[in-house]
Amino acid sequence: MSVKLDVLTQFEQVAKEQKRTLAPLSDDLVLLDSGLDSLCLAIIVARLEDALGFDPFAAEDADFPVTLGDFVRLYEDAAHAAP
Amino acid sequence: MPPTPPPDVPSLWSALAAAGRLFDRVLAGAHARVTLGDLLGGSSLGGRLEALRGRSVLLATGDQLTAALALIELDGVAGRLVLCPPDLPAAQLPFVVATAEVQACVTDRPAPEAGVPGVDVVAGCSPLLAPADAERRGGHPTEWILLTSGTTGQPKMVVHTLASLAGAITSGTPAEPAVWSTFYDIRRYGGLQILLRALLGGGSMVLSSAQESTGDFLMRAGAHGVTHISGTPSHWRRALMSPAARRIAPRYVRLSGEIADQAILDHLRAAYPDARIAHAFASTEAGVAFDVGDGLAGFPASLIGPRGGGMELKVEEGSLRIRSARTAARYLGGPVEGLADRDGFVDTGDMVELRGDRYYFVGRRGGIINVGGLKVHPEEVEAVINGHPRVRMSLVRTRKNPITGALVVADVVLQAAATAANGHAAELEREIIGLCRDALPRHKVPTAIRFVSALPVAATGKLVRHDA
Repeated sequence: MSVKLDVLTQFEQVAKEQKRTLAPLSDDLVLLDSGLDSLCLAIIVARLEDALGFDPFAAEDADFPVTLGDFVRLYEDAAHAAP
Repeated sequence: MPPTPPPDVPSLWSALAAAGRLFDRVLAGAHARVTLGDLLGGSSLGGRLEALRGRSVLLATGDQLTAALALIELDGVAGRLVLCPPDLPAAQLPFVVATAEVQACVTDRPAPEAGVPGVDVVAGCSPLLAPADAERRGGHPTEWILLTSGTTGQPKMVVHTLASLAGAITSGTPAEPAVWSTFYDIRRYGGLQILLRALLGGGSMVLSSAQESTGDFLMRAGAHGVTHISGTPSHWRRALMSPAARRIAPRYVRLSGEIADQAILDHLRAAYPDARIAHAFASTEAGVAFDVGDGLAGFPASLIGPRGGGMELKVEEGSLRIRSARTAARYLGGPVEGLADRDGFVDTGDMVELRGDRYYFVGRRGGIINVGGLKVHPEEVEAVINGHPRVRMSLVRTRKNPITGALVVADVVLQAAATAANGHAAELEREIIGLCRDALPRHKVPTAIRFVSALPVAATGKLVRHDA
């Protein structure tokens, strides 16, 4: 769905801006091995909040994602929950 | 121990009178003007001066001209003068009255609103002078109390004397009379410095008014032939956005109260090519420390160390510290932390960084944005953004983030001629961020830029910072 596309686009965009070499994107890619550091991930979360209108990390019970698949699911679940 | 004042402290009135030419020297407010000569036999206090002798007096006028007149008359007469800034919240007044043991109030407000709870003696103050009722003899060293915003919600009350306030001022009569002005309110340290410079240095003074637009004030200042004018960098950025900035032709332009970055110094140089442009470092607590007149941001590292006249600057734990006869004596009512350390140094809380042979101000200790454990001073990022030719001013602030705790974002006001309309916004944002990437480490680069038409400037003349 488009949420996943939005997420992947931001990964590529931010990697380019921050001059990082991005590992090939797959659901089981561990975020820590993606080539992006916390600052990059922080920027991705902020950009997604601007684009999608929500921040799934704001929920107190949000589990921290380990893989790219977890990360995408977090956003997809939040998109379903959103009105 | 604070130095004991000499026994024959001259009062403000006797010191300004010594500079002479009293009938040529004007105090001009937004609605009235008075020459210093008018004060020879006249009084703004309506025959109440004697009633205020030796008392702790709250100066709570709305208008700056009445405040200036009352200050001139009351120094050396009142025991203590509490300078009430015009925007002091009414809820803080009881604290101020109790802490300063206020016994009398000077006001220019009409009778029903004039009273202050718990203060019996009320003296009206007006630019329509009445015959003076009492001798303005000095000899009584008046305490001057300036209010600064504290962190606890109550103002800090800073104790000065005319001697500590005027320590940086050379008195006398200049060959070419100066007409001073300032965007500051004279109830604040930055504005009071300018009033005292005008009075002690043989000049005149054009006072600003909170009810007047920047443009109207500049036109009035221009009409009075202002030669020396001061304000914060935020005041000046706003002034340069006004077409009326061309109505003044100052010989001397002074900046204080905020970091003067290279961009604002360059803009002022371009606007006033014949003026001497200086940025001063001063604070209510630390007094005036130094002026920098070479047109460059920051200050020469050679200023650090003992500098004669008992003045000494040092940098410790990254912040600038000052010891001098111009620092305030103490806080009234004494908040937990003292004003100066055991060696007499006042910690300004202004963080500096040595680059080459110059120190640069990077921001306030309390204003740091923490990006994943890495510190960012908003002001150091603003200095880079303001260097873009189409930017007038900027405010860097924090955006909460679940990964790094915070990210850096920026609100930007463009030059009058520039617009961020249509497709230009994205292009400008890229340019500005590119500028930041070239000059700053990654975590300091704004992750988003918002173009705004204006930024809020507080009554202190400083940018309003919510993060701090």
